Amino acid sequence: MSLQQFISEALSPWMKKDGPDSDIVLSSRIRLARNLEEYKFPLLASMEESYATAKHIGEALTQEEYSQIGSLEILRIDDMKANEKRVLVEKHLISPNLADQSKHGAVLLDKDEAVSIMVNEEDHIRIQCLLPGFQLGNGLEIANQIDDWIEQRLTYAFDEKRGYLTSCPTNVGTGLRASVMMHLPALAMTQQLNRILPAINQLGLVVRGIYGEGSEALGNLFQISNQLTLGKSEEDIVEDLRGVVLQLIQQERSARESLLDQSRLQLEDRVHRSFGILAHSRMIESKEATQRLSNVRLGIDLGLIKGLSGNILNELMILTQPGFLQQYAGEVLSPEQRDERRATLIRERLKLEEETNE
Amino acid sequence: MLCQECNKRKASLHFAKIINGEKTEFHICEQCAKEKGEYFPGGNSFSIHQLLSGLLHFEQPVKAEAQEIKPSCEKCGMTYEQFTKVGRFGCANCYKSFETKLDPILKRVHSGNYAHAGKLPERIGGGIQLQRQIESLKTELKSLIDQEEFEKAAELRDEIRLLEKQKNEQKEG
Repeated sequence: MSLQQFISEALSPWMKKDGPDSDIVLSSRIRLARNLEEYKFPLLASMEESYATAKHIGEALTQEEYSQIGSLEILRIDDMKANEKRVLVEKHLISPNLADQSKHGAVLLDKDEAVSIMVNEEDHIRIQCLLPGFQLGNGLEIANQIDDWIEQRLTYAFDEKRGYLTSCPTNVGTGLRASVMMHLPALAMTQQLNRILPAINQLGLVVRGIYGEGSEALGNLFQISNQLTLGKSEEDIVEDLRGVVLQLIQQERSARESLLDQSRLQLEDRVHRSFGILAHSRMIESKEATQRLSNVRLGIDLGLIKGLSGNILNELMILTQPGFLQQYAGEVLSPEQRDERRATLIRERLKLEEETNE
Repeated sequence: MLCQECNKRKASLHFAKIINGEKTEFHICEQCAKEKGEYFPGGNSFSIHQLLSGLLHFEQPVKAEAQEIKPSCEKCGMTYEQFTKVGRFGCANCYKSFETKLDPILKRVHSGNYAHAGKLPERIGGGIQLQRQIESLKTELKSLIDQEEFEKAAELRDEIRLLEKQKNEQKEG
């Protein structure tokens, strides 16, 4: 398979679309947790009970098309090979938990892979909507419509006082988790995040990043989401998150400007060095790749590197994960083989871009 | 710093989780991270439930008197003690079974909130939706009367009556 073909088949259709503010917000995600009234939650359900739940949900949701998103395809976890599951996890379409630990787990996907409905995860039903860029409001609207559509067909566990009942008390009420994935390299470089992130935590929001050595998160990628699900309306929860994200976007933009202004040479050096390594390395670990990709992406956004599409960070972040590398190779790879394949894939991808520009 | 999992290798992954200002740090080596699955963080290794169950344990009174009747859910059989260990409910009915203990737990997890203020399901929540609408109209009615806007108040009163009739019909139907 050619690289171009692999990429176009490997990435979810939604990932190739452009979204608002996508230079800083890579993606927006809305998740609604729902359960059925008469069935035990997956935690306590026996194999037979889980099977019955999955069957009931599967039948109710695949019988007729949902007009807004077309028909849903149901995939059963037990029917998948290990690497197929892994690829779905790496695409964020299913959780590691559903892939490894669920009883009769399944996922329903639309053709865009923007909507995924997990069955028998921690809750019976988890509706997830993924969109490119910064569009939480849009995501909530889509998730709500799907929720309404499902509610016409299945009876939810709902309590007037507590709202939608979930297995974990941290999700009860709205069952809503709204999150954005942000790329904040300039705020990280200028050491401003140390000040900003604790403040965000005080607003009832959670920030997650993978920390390597030092204080910079891996690839300067941060996921910001709401913690509260109870006592506020869905719209308010999303609006509160949106407000904070807007602030962060502004701060990141002004930090980028002042970096360009005050340390242009250092910044150019960092960006081009990273580009050089990505374009020429023969082995690269995922940690280093992520960091270099972050620098290159910043360079693209600031116009320091021309002729490369900004999507390259999102794309290669996903494609250089172990599951995808193995899928591309068509075999199981050792960590060292993966490092080699990763370097090759990145080199080829960068070359591809040059060719299309010529 | 040594890896907190194996206590042998140097910790190279540092992962901090901050929830409502409470920070929990994890320091592990790459090997252990790999063993925990490539998905770290967010995998099952350090889940919210473990953190939560810490909160719930805190909730339990340190009573020496044993032989207290332990509450359990009649539908799924989960005991309250079990719930405090796993941090998750067994079925929807658990919320009813442990109702009396729930407020403080939910308040702690949701910054003082214990009641739902969001979406209502269209189909099964129809009655609740009407009830909420009636209540909000009644408050409006009261303020109209206070302002001596009797004409408008009369209109509103008729509207409320209509809705209440609808609600009663729904109940019977």
